[in-house]
Amino acid sequence: MSSPVTQLPAGPLLKVKGLHMHFPISEGMLFRRSIGQVKAIDGVDFTVQRGETLGLVGESGCGKTTTGRCILRLEKPTAGEIIYDGVDLAGLAPKDLRAMRRRIQVIFQDPYSSLNPRMKVGAIIEEPMKVHGTEPDPTRRRERARELLSVCGLAADFADRYPHEMSGGQRQRVGIARALALNPEFIVCDEPVSALDVSIQAQVVNLLEDLREKFGLTYLFIAHDLSVVRHLCQRVAVMYLGRIVEMTDSDTLFDAPLHPYTQALLAAVPVPDPFVEQGRVFRPVQGEVPSPINPPSGCVFHPRCPIAVESCKHTRPEPREVRPGHIVACSQVNLQ
Amino acid sequence: MPPLLSIRNLHTEFRTGRGVVRAVGGISYTVEAGETVAIVGESGSGKSVGAMSILRLIPDPPGRIVSGEIIFDGRDLLKLPDEAMRKLRGGEIGMIFQEPMTSLNPVLTVGRQITETLEQHRGATPAVARQRARDLLGMVGIADPDRRLKQYPHQLSGGMRQRIMIAIALTCDPKLIIADEPTTALDVTIQAQILELMKDLTQRLNIALVIITHNLGVVARYANRVNVMYAGRIVESGSAAAIYHDPRHPYTIALLRSVPRLDRPRQDRLDPVEGQPPDLTRLDAGCAFRPRCRFAIAACAESSPALTAIGEPGHAAACFRAADIASEIGKAA
Repeated sequence: MSSPVTQLPAGPLLKVKGLHMHFPISEGMLFRRSIGQVKAIDGVDFTVQRGETLGLVGESGCGKTTTGRCILRLEKPTAGEIIYDGVDLAGLAPKDLRAMRRRIQVIFQDPYSSLNPRMKVGAIIEEPMKVHGTEPDPTRRRERARELLSVCGLAADFADRYPHEMSGGQRQRVGIARALALNPEFIVCDEPVSALDVSIQAQVVNLLEDLREKFGLTYLFIAHDLSVVRHLCQRVAVMYLGRIVEMTDSDTLFDAPLHPYTQALLAAVPVPDPFVEQGRVFRPVQGEVPSPINPPSGCVFHPRCPIAVESCKHTRPEPREVRPGHIVACSQVNLQ
Repeated sequence: MPPLLSIRNLHTEFRTGRGVVRAVGGISYTVEAGETVAIVGESGSGKSVGAMSILRLIPDPPGRIVSGEIIFDGRDLLKLPDEAMRKLRGGEIGMIFQEPMTSLNPVLTVGRQITETLEQHRGATPAVARQRARDLLGMVGIADPDRRLKQYPHQLSGGMRQRIMIAIALTCDPKLIIADEPTTALDVTIQAQILELMKDLTQRLNIALVIITHNLGVVARYANRVNVMYAGRIVESGSAAAIYHDPRHPYTIALLRSVPRLDRPRQDRLDPVEGQPPDLTRLDAGCAFRPRCRFAIAACAESSPALTAIGEPGHAAACFRAADIASEIGKAA
C-alpha cells in the first residue's frame, strides 16, 4: 500500500486535446459499407490537475462515457491527443499501453455486471495484481486483497464470498478495492453510485473522498446526478452531443451557470423540499436530445435553446474562456 | 365520502429457495379522488410489490397476496373475479411502468396499442378508436400524431415512449393511475417534461395518482401525501410538508440527510445511512430498521412499532421514539 500523500506535485496529469470518436454505422451482411457516423465525441478539450476531481456530466448520449473509455483506451479515438503525464495514450502501442494501464484504473456503474459471478471476491481483487505481475507471491497477494477490502470498509473475510452474496453497496466497494489493487494514480469513475440505493450512495461517495485523500488519487467522475457531482468535484465539464458546452469550477457552475444548457439541466433537478419546489417557477426545456448521427447545424443546442438567434443555426460556437478558468461554448454569453 | 382507494393491512409474500420473503408486511393507506400520493422507498422496500398487488399483478407462484383488503371505488379488488379485474386494469385504473420499452408491445404500432385498449374496454369501432388515439397523442404533447401512430416503439425516443404509455393509461378515462418509477429511466430534462405533463393531466382530468419512486426531489415537487416504506412496511406517512420538514421516523430523517442538495451550500461530508438494507427472509419480530438506527432502544428488538399518529393531523410514524426524536433533531440542526 502506498504511503499517504501529504503534498501533491501540482500541474496537469491529463490533457485531452481535440478528441474525436466517430463510430461508423454500417449496412449489409456480406459487403459491409459505411452509411454514416455516430459522432459520439466531436472535439473535446480538457485538463485534469493532479489530485483534483473533474466531473463530466450530461444526459445519455452526450459522450461522457465514451470520453472515459477513450482515456482508458478501451476505444481508440478517431482523432485527438490524450496526454497522460507527458505520454500520448491515443497513439500508444499495446505493449506500452499495458504499463500505463497500471496507473489508470476504472470503477464501473453496475456492481452486478462488472464483477465475475464465478469468482470469489478475494480472487477478483487479486486478478489485476496477477495479470500485471505486481505481486508475484500468492500469500502476499491474498494479504493485500484483504487489506484492500478493509481499506474499502469491508471485513477481510468477505474475500471468501461470492458477489451474489453481497448487497449492491458492498459489491461496489469490491469494485473500488479492485481498482486500487495496482496503486493507480488516476481513476475513471463511470457513474459509480447511480445504480445504488439513495441511502447507500452517500456511503460510497464518502469512501471515494477518503481514498482520494489517503492515496492522493485523481478522479475523472462521470455522472448524471448533478448533486453528487457538485459534492465530489472541484471542477465540472458539461457535455452535450459530443461537445463540452461549459467548464469551470464547481461553485461557479452550480451558482452561476452561463450556458443555457447548463441552466436548463440545473433547473430540471427537483430538490427534496416541498416549500422550495412550490416557490419555484418551473419551465422544463422543450424537445429532446437530437441524434448524434445527424446533429443540428451550427450550435448543437440551438433547436432547444431559449436564447438562440439566427446565427446559432449556422455557426458552431467554439469554447472560449469568458473569465479565468471558465469556458463556455455559446455565442450569446457575454460578460460585461 | 369514502376515499377512492383504501388499502387495509395488505400482506404479500414470495416463496423463494432461501425462504419466504415478506415483501409487503401489512400496509394500509388511502388515496382520495384526484390527489397524488407518493410511495417512497429503496429497492426491496416493497413499494412496487405493494402497488402491483393493487392491480393483482403478482406472479403466483412464487408470489401471493396473503391477506388484506383493497377497496377501490366501493369494491374489494381482492375478491373480484378475474374477468372483472381484467376490465379494471387499463380501464378505471391506468398503469405506467418504469421501462416503456419493455412495457410496450414491440411488434404492434403505437396506434394499435391505443386502439386495442379502446376496442377491448369500450367496444369502440376502429374509426372512433382511431380518432380518440389521435386526440390522446395531442393531449400528451406529441406533434404529428398521424405519423407517430404508425410507428413502432423502437422508432421512438425514451421520452416519447413514456408519453405513449401515458396516453394508453388515459385511454379509458381512469379514476386512478399507478405509476411505478415512471421517470427513472429518463434523462433529467425529459424527466421534468414527463412529470409536468403527468401533473397537468391528473389535475385537469381529476385523476388520482399513486407514484412510486426513490427520488426524494420528485416526491417533494409532485406529491400531496407521502408514504415512506422500509422492509415491507410503511414507516412514516403524512403530507409532503410534514415528511420533509418534521420527519419523525429515524429512517426518513436519515434518508433526507444523506442526499446532497443543490439548493444548499455544499457540505464537507455527506451523512449516510450506515449499514446495509435488511435481508427480507430474516426479519424478526423487532423493528427492521433497528440495526441501522441511531435512536434504537431495547424495546425496538421486542416488537415492531405500529404506525401511530404524531404531529399534525394525518401525520404518522412507526417508531417508539417518534415523540422525543423531534427534539433531538432540533438540537442537531
